[in-house]
Amino acid sequence: MDLPTLWFWVIAVLWTGYFFLEGFDFGVGMLTRLLARDNTERRVLVNTIGPVWDGNEVWVIVAIGATFAAFPPWYATMLSAEYLPVLLILLALIGRGVAFEYRGKVDSDRWRRGWDLVILLGSWIPPLGWGLVITGVATGLPIGKDGVLVGGLGALFTWPAVLGALALAGFSLLHGSVFVALKTDGEIRHRAHALALRFGPLLLLPMAALLVLVQVRQGGLVTIVIAAVGLLAGAGALVRLAAKREGQAFALLGLVIAAAVMSLFGSDFPAIISSTVDPSFSLTVANSASSPYTLGVITWVAAFGTPAILVYQGWTYWVFRKRISAAHIPPVHVP
Amino acid sequence: MDVLDVARWQFAITTVYHFLMVPLTIGLSIVVAVMQTAWVRTGKAHYLAMTKFWGKLMLVNFAMGVVTGIVQEFQFGMTWSAYSRFVGDVFGAPLAMEGIVAFMVESTFLGLWIFGWSRLPKRVHLACLWAASLASTASAYFILSANSWMQHPVGIQLVDGKPQLTSIWALLTNNTAIAAFTHTVSGGFAVAGTFLVGISAWHLWKKHKLSAVDDADRKVWSASLKLGAWIGMVAFAAVALTGDTQGKLMFQQQPMKMAAAEALCHTEAPASFSIFAYGDVSRPDCENVKSITVPALLSFLAHNDFSTEVKGVQDLIPLYEQKYGHNYPVDPSLGALSGQPIDYVPDLPVTYWGFRFMIGFGGIAAGAALLALWLTRRGRIPRTKWFPRLALLSIATPFLANSFGWIFTEMGRQPFVVVPNPTGVDGVFMYTAQAVSPGVSAGQVLTSLIALTAVYGVLAVVEVFLLVRYAKAGVAGVMPPADEKKSDDDVLAFAY
Repeated sequence: MDLPTLWFWVIAVLWTGYFFLEGFDFGVGMLTRLLARDNTERRVLVNTIGPVWDGNEVWVIVAIGATFAAFPPWYATMLSAEYLPVLLILLALIGRGVAFEYRGKVDSDRWRRGWDLVILLGSWIPPLGWGLVITGVATGLPIGKDGVLVGGLGALFTWPAVLGALALAGFSLLHGSVFVALKTDGEIRHRAHALALRFGPLLLLPMAALLVLVQVRQGGLVTIVIAAVGLLAGAGALVRLAAKREGQAFALLGLVIAAAVMSLFGSDFPAIISSTVDPSFSLTVANSASSPYTLGVITWVAAFGTPAILVYQGWTYWVFRKRISAAHIPPVHVP
Repeated sequence: MDVLDVARWQFAITTVYHFLMVPLTIGLSIVVAVMQTAWVRTGKAHYLAMTKFWGKLMLVNFAMGVVTGIVQEFQFGMTWSAYSRFVGDVFGAPLAMEGIVAFMVESTFLGLWIFGWSRLPKRVHLACLWAASLASTASAYFILSANSWMQHPVGIQLVDGKPQLTSIWALLTNNTAIAAFTHTVSGGFAVAGTFLVGISAWHLWKKHKLSAVDDADRKVWSASLKLGAWIGMVAFAAVALTGDTQGKLMFQQQPMKMAAAEALCHTEAPASFSIFAYGDVSRPDCENVKSITVPALLSFLAHNDFSTEVKGVQDLIPLYEQKYGHNYPVDPSLGALSGQPIDYVPDLPVTYWGFRFMIGFGGIAAGAALLALWLTRRGRIPRTKWFPRLALLSIATPFLANSFGWIFTEMGRQPFVVVPNPTGVDGVFMYTAQAVSPGVSAGQVLTSLIALTAVYGVLAVVEVFLLVRYAKAGVAGVMPPADEKKSDDDVLAFAY
């Protein structure tokens, strides 16, 4: 495999890692309204992801940074064409990050309600937005010369892209519910499990539809197999959930998102962003890659950096492995 | 307004805002790590209280630094996509390295530190803070090497009209980058130093001005004040030294920026340093400018020699025109500027006054740190109100100095976004007007400018409100009540 191809797949892996990790913490944020009945339960939810959400979020920073370094035209075209969706995502991420840190800093219901709303919006908008952006990019956009979007904002809302938005939001909500079932104790754990079990099929439906739609439109043999694995893993996750094996369900959901990202990225390969205006405007792995020297540099950095990241992030999950429940939440202590 | 203007305003606002958090984060996180180290080594209670108190303020600020940093990574692609296409081969590499090597470490270990109290062994917990704080310093290094490449492009060759990286080592050891990094980090410690001095001085005065009782709290504040003042003093010395190095490099690499910083219109030998100008500094012919000057100092600042010639704006313009052309290229993407004459002179009032405000505010902060040290010598506590007031006010001054320095260095390189390297590869430069995204409308950028500014405005109010609240509450606000017993299976030593 040449370096540009390798980096195309590395970026796919980074997005997979991001959707897998931040996927469940988005889901937990979405659940703060659906699942928690009072402030203590809301604190239980927020604290299940408290130590890890920031580390999860960096995966998108690295994915975007790696795209900039390895495929500058991809970075430039994706972010300028998807200007307003990306802006919304950024605003959501800004508010969300601050909200986790600031929510408990003042003991007032009004204060908490305000930040809870920010957490809720901040957890719904990014998966919807990233689903739209990544699916749109992977399935083709009306891109003209110089990566300029032709046709305005409406052109971004293609059928696959809209389905992608719903797919990632649905996935995140289910993934988050399973995570809460794994990570908490007491009544909230059972409610999370019941919610996942009851709405699981519905939440995975857009993802299944997306996988099928994309493969029908532009699939090849390999990506069809990958997509099929994804569909089976989704079904398997629901079955294991019914058997109360939440850990297995969680892992299978990881397989779902990995298969989804890989089949999406792969079904357009070697194109990165197909232009629906004129194929000659399409960005491809070959015409967008940085020089071999630059790719070599970041390959070395990634070769040493990635194993370290996996080790210390894995260790974080080990340190905070215990289940938490309402009984563990310390009383509010603020000035 | 056209896209270029709005995009420049957005970049300026988001960057200067982000850069309010960054120096405090860098300085304070290392200071807190030092405090916690002192606690782990000695076991003294006041070190723990200091760690918890200043650590809480650090976290309130850290969160804002992280979230506003995300915007920076995205807006090159959103509003400056032509720039990103042009320089991606070079500029993307340090950004990717920052993510993989620094930012991942910072975010992960900060989470471990926040939630790891009493869950992790003491030394491991301390190591987490060191990892997070050193990684945030490393972040600054990678970002500043990317920025310094725009100020002074090195390590490249020109292929098909675009710069291509030939040596990452040259980019990371760019003399401009090393000077900018040491200057910025010193600035961060200056911010942290005055922050400690201001808040500690206020607490000392508030509760302890009349009592001779040497209670635990008093120890916290007097130790913090001493530490802050010393850090401040050392930091300001480092700021001055590194600033001098940076200035000398700039005279070689971007002579127009330094001429503009001095409102030096005509070449002088020896050149005098302008302390204060009155009249209209915005005219490049300096017709109405009167200036209070120190003879020959500018020659020394530029070349370490009191007699060397320093070129003025008027004499630099023809040199730039000869090298880089009289007119912008004829290109529809340049809009109204296409084919028009290039103005090589940056905004003179902004560069001239930006430079002076940077130095002036830095000097005030240094003076306040020195004064604090003198007034509290041998455990004294000033009884008059003016000193704690002055100390509190002086917290703002290094922030202002940092902002003006940043504005000066970015505005001073106009009309270039990538400034040509006088001794580097010919033809590697880019005009700011060429860098903006084609196909992104002024309306879109204006939308994001308004949305980001509004959100940043609200968050600024919230951050200051929380900082003031926690700063006022003192140690009691961050230490759990003494009667609270911890059980052994404590899952959450700390919870949001």
